[in-house]
Amino acid sequence: MRIELERRPAHSALFSALSPFIALGLTVIAGAIIFTIMGKNPVAALYSFFIEPLTEVWSLHELAIKAAPLILIAVGLSVCFRSNNWNIGAEGQFVIGAISGSIIPIVFYEWHSVLVLPLMIVMGMAGGALYAAIPALLKTRFNTNEILSSLMLVYVAQLFLDWLVRGPWRNPEGFNFPETRDFNASAILPEILPASGRANFGFVFAIIATLLTWFMMRHMLKGFEVSVLGQSARAGRFAGFSANRMVFFAFLFSGALAGLAGISEVSGAINELQPVISPGYGFTAIIVAFLGRLNPLGIFAAGLILALTYLGGEAAQISIGLPDKIARVFQGMLLFFVLACDTLIHYRVRIKSAVHANAAGEGA
Amino acid sequence: MKNALLTLTAAAVLSLAAGAAQAATKICFVYVGSKTDGGWTQAHDIGRQELQNHFGDKIETPYLENVAEGPDAERAIERFARSGCELVFTTSFGFMDPTLKVAKKFPKVKFEHATGYKTAENVTSYNSRFYQGRYIQGQIAGKMSEAGVAGYIASFPIPEVVQGINAFLLGAQSVNPDFEIKVVWVNSWFDAGKEADAAKALIDQGVDILTQHTDSTAPIQVAAERGIKAFGQASDMIDAGPETQLTAIVDTWGAYYIKRTEALMDGTWKTQSTWDGLADGILQMAPYTNMPDDVKQMAMETEAKVAKGELHPFTGPITKQDGTEWLKANEVADDGTLLGMNFYVAGVDDQLPQ
Repeated sequence: MRIELERRPAHSALFSALSPFIALGLTVIAGAIIFTIMGKNPVAALYSFFIEPLTEVWSLHELAIKAAPLILIAVGLSVCFRSNNWNIGAEGQFVIGAISGSIIPIVFYEWHSVLVLPLMIVMGMAGGALYAAIPALLKTRFNTNEILSSLMLVYVAQLFLDWLVRGPWRNPEGFNFPETRDFNASAILPEILPASGRANFGFVFAIIATLLTWFMMRHMLKGFEVSVLGQSARAGRFAGFSANRMVFFAFLFSGALAGLAGISEVSGAINELQPVISPGYGFTAIIVAFLGRLNPLGIFAAGLILALTYLGGEAAQISIGLPDKIARVFQGMLLFFVLACDTLIHYRVRIKSAVHANAAGEGA
Repeated sequence: MKNALLTLTAAAVLSLAAGAAQAATKICFVYVGSKTDGGWTQAHDIGRQELQNHFGDKIETPYLENVAEGPDAERAIERFARSGCELVFTTSFGFMDPTLKVAKKFPKVKFEHATGYKTAENVTSYNSRFYQGRYIQGQIAGKMSEAGVAGYIASFPIPEVVQGINAFLLGAQSVNPDFEIKVVWVNSWFDAGKEADAAKALIDQGVDILTQHTDSTAPIQVAAERGIKAFGQASDMIDAGPETQLTAIVDTWGAYYIKRTEALMDGTWKTQSTWDGLADGILQMAPYTNMPDDVKQMAMETEAKVAKGELHPFTGPITKQDGTEWLKANEVADDGTLLGMNFYVAGVDDQLPQ
């Protein structure tokens, strides 16, 4: 008897819908086994991972804070990836967005006005977009591999930020510590419901970006253009679409959203610039984008789930003393099972007996 | 399915509630690294274990490790504040502003932040005068180095690190006036790969003694491979180089944690800025090894003098790197200048990143 994967003639709609749930189920089972081996109560562990963070209002706010940058960046990347452009540098665009958006509150720190915040956001998006335009330009002009150039620019951005906060933008009243001035009140992104927690308008931006992008991809010519050029550049040319213009559109779009995420994070959650402002959101967002199947609505859910596993990992550390490493392993398992189960969408599992090569039924 | 889920949830809630019934005081710790990093965080965790052993069942000491500086830190600290912690130690410089933000929201919870400078009604800052140990290391290096050049693997150009570089050099110059140091910035507190590369680069440039203000044991291992001597940092790193480590600055936070927990329990806890040194037992030197007896003798004498306050590493005359005078003869640097130190003393072969 042997087990074979057989390509399905078409995507299985059933498994498209089911595979995330199968993956979640498998993760829970595998997680329970690991927790038991660790000598922890698996029920308590799973409870603190998936449910405890959702039982308190403040924790829901934290979930929104953690998910907002992931969703914003991933939604932008989904358009880029669908058009067959591989922007791996969202982390750098996030950082540059944060820096360019922070010019007003740091250099013109005495300026209080209702205009400050909108200007910061526009400048943040512009900064992220312009930074993303560099790999786009290199790709269209010199045929440079955009995966490498965008990735390398991440390090440039991070070191530029590091230099700024230790050098010209260092807080003159900060004992030489590497931080900028605190943003003044008019430069801080307001909280949505300040009474119950600290989630800020970054999450609202994430919702808006998700809906608009979904609408664009579904109902607008631009979305169609992205899909066509992504699947076949040649077919796109016949339709009169320009592949080079698409490269720019994809990079500027994803860069602007990464920049928006950057300035929202700095203005809403950190309130100053520090040498490091992102725990790798730009890279995690790549996972979120694929977890959400490059569909904005799916990405929204995936961003929330990934954020939940971060919060859950912390909750489990405190409530049952689960080591941090196990929390990471658990996250890794979730991603592994999701990708593994996706196989079922394109393939069916056939169990063939050695004697009758064509016989046997379907098992999945 | 729905019933099963409800049952599971109920069981979990009950088991958690049972756990929370004990009335132990919760003293909580937020770590920036892994508690087994062999350096900074491990030293804090050893302090936490001493605290736990000292009070036994009377306290609980939950901790969170690998907490990134930034919004994640604020959430981690807030989580502790909400989960009934009475005293929260946040053990990295980058946790300063998050600690203050959370402290504002939870005025009844006490917070202690390591290595920062801001305090509040319920936030104390605490730090250790690491530079005292660096001075002793410098003296040893001055005696042991044949080339007269030491390599210094540094993390970030913040005052604490600059202090260490200067103190080390002043110690070395006290026995060898022409002593120099070369500095490599790795821009990380913990990055074994970069630290090892920095160590190799420094050795290739001719230094024959290494010291580090980063937390991994990689530099000592490289020094051991290349047959030169080195100093450990934050924890005793003798296991990484039994033939290599001369001594190490060992952060012994346990005594401080016990003192502050006692204050909390007596109701005498008040906000303060603590900057303790060798005299207070917050920092100790690992055994002096791999050196001749006369050097060992000198190191121990210096240690005793510094601990008694007879010797301050930053005593004039001291010239800045740019040639201007910083301290006149017998003038002692004040803490304010040390806490904001952003210049090198003469003899450092490096430009301070600005």
